Amino acid sequence: MTASTAEIRNYTINFGPQHPAAHGVLRLVLELDGEVIERADPHIGLLHRGTEKLAETRTFLQNVPYMDRLDYMSMMQNEHAYCMAIERLMGIEVPERAQYIRVMFDEITRILNHLLWLGTHALDIGAMTVFLYAFREREDLMDVYEAVTGARMHAAYYRPGGVYRDLPDAMPQYQASKKKNESDLRRLNENRQGSVLDFIEDFSRRFFGYVDEYETLLTDNRIWKQRTVGIGVVDADRAKALGFTGPMLRGSGIVWDLRKMQPYAVYDKLDFEIPIGRTGDSYDRYLVRMEEMRQSNRIIQQCVAWLKTDATKGAGPVISDNHKVAPPSREAMKSNMEELIHHFKLFTEGMHVPEGECYAAVEHSKGEFGVYMISDGANKPYRLKLRAPGFSHLAGLDEMSRGHMIADVVAIIGTLDIVFGDIDR
Amino acid sequence: MPLTPEVLLERVIDTLGDKVLTSKIAQEQITIEVPVGDWLEVCATLRDTPVLAFDLMMDLCGVDYSTYKDGEWAGQRFAVVLNLLSIKRNHRLRVRTFCADDELPILPSLMEIWPAVNWFEREAFDLFGIVFDGHPDLRRILTDYGFIGHPFRKDFPISGHVEMRYDPELKRVVYQPVSIEPRVVTPRIVREDNYGAA
Repeated sequence: MTASTAEIRNYTINFGPQHPAAHGVLRLVLELDGEVIERADPHIGLLHRGTEKLAETRTFLQNVPYMDRLDYMSMMQNEHAYCMAIERLMGIEVPERAQYIRVMFDEITRILNHLLWLGTHALDIGAMTVFLYAFREREDLMDVYEAVTGARMHAAYYRPGGVYRDLPDAMPQYQASKKKNESDLRRLNENRQGSVLDFIEDFSRRFFGYVDEYETLLTDNRIWKQRTVGIGVVDADRAKALGFTGPMLRGSGIVWDLRKMQPYAVYDKLDFEIPIGRTGDSYDRYLVRMEEMRQSNRIIQQCVAWLKTDATKGAGPVISDNHKVAPPSREAMKSNMEELIHHFKLFTEGMHVPEGECYAAVEHSKGEFGVYMISDGANKPYRLKLRAPGFSHLAGLDEMSRGHMIADVVAIIGTLDIVFGDIDR
Repeated sequence: MPLTPEVLLERVIDTLGDKVLTSKIAQEQITIEVPVGDWLEVCATLRDTPVLAFDLMMDLCGVDYSTYKDGEWAGQRFAVVLNLLSIKRNHRLRVRTFCADDELPILPSLMEIWPAVNWFEREAFDLFGIVFDGHPDLRRILTDYGFIGHPFRKDFPISGHVEMRYDPELKRVVYQPVSIEPRVVTPRIVREDNYGAA
């Protein structure tokens, strides 16, 4: 071989599955021409637990905690879709108070998810500070999760027919320790004197300012724009063809949000707007998600206001009174034979969902999360198919990253907002 | 304003004619069943007819009906279910088709119609062994490299057939037959109609 005909070969490199920018366990096989991506082949399934198959061997109630572990960054929204599917098949009405609690927690979850996305996306691109700020706010919302459900992440709070219990009257406070003195405690506990709702209200009042703070760090930042403007462009028709939903679709300029278009729960009674992008690049999707946080915060404020002035003064039911679906109260169960039988049957055999099939979808933080359930009348689902938004988005990675530099793949993975819990299921 | 399910179903039947084998409206959702031979044609029509305009393929999944209602099922074993959404017209539709052969379920790939089905078809192939004819890259997607069998079929045990452990002598991981005893904590029970309905 002479020097003039030097062989030019494409490189194939392996990215992940343990790369910090892979957001979990993504293995990418990248075919490179120099530093330019020719082909990206994602290998997924490293977190495949077979949730759908497991669900076929568990009762309907036992499956609720599995939903948290799908997209483990938007726990309660997954539960919402699952419970909605059961409720539709059984024809159960969910009490209004439970609907408002659900919507409020859906939006808290959306903020939690977007904060994590923002922090890690910025961190991947090289902006460290946003991550620290985003996690500061996540901590407050995690405390809300914990106060209401006892768990910081895997809540299992939504149940078919409503939510597990009403919001508690007191927000847990920090306790004295070696590291926290009197004045620290006073400062930390200042907004925790009232109920959980007071704490959420206080948070939502502060949160608009926080979003502005993140924006001052990134929106006009030259490096941020260089790394995101014009990266991973998807036009509107292509976004539809690839099955994109959520911010990925709205970033390309399509006005589509299930909360407005096919409202579920009480979204039709709330006032909020749908932000859309123009060019369909990573920067537009960033802007869309930032605005979504503000809109979510508005929804939270409206829900708090409703829950505080509820006509039943907060004494209304938060779960259906049909004891084939929801357990009777503890006191009733201890004193009444009928209720005791209901309780026993519900927690051993479980509920029976009538024969049929149903698709229930929610506007999840990442896109449309759908639960397609087939029941044959047994106490366990016959088939449960979970439609994860990230699955379609990651399938589009190949097309989005073609022709970009290798460093842009990280920016594109970031903008897809993927979590492997729901892609691998 | 989105159409009511009844009106939409009427339009679907008007468009597809006798290609609709059965149709059903339940929970305000429409399910139609089409013959496997017309699969490609039906899907293309659903996408391209302006009054229907199903531009988004939401979900495609396989279903194994072999133990439905504890074995009362008499029809074909494998079905493929499509959940479609029209963003333009704001409505949804579910389309089901049964694969003709239970031993080798095969049907044409929809890659030409909705590129989004790519990974969904790979998944259905991986988990149910349904072959999509014409798919450019029909590899396994969710299961391990070198996995044998199709785990979501009803005759595949929940604990699987093999387990993996590290062998200190060979200094690598080895596969061996699974050592977990299968056990059922809550038995599966099908009750009479309307048991537990509100």
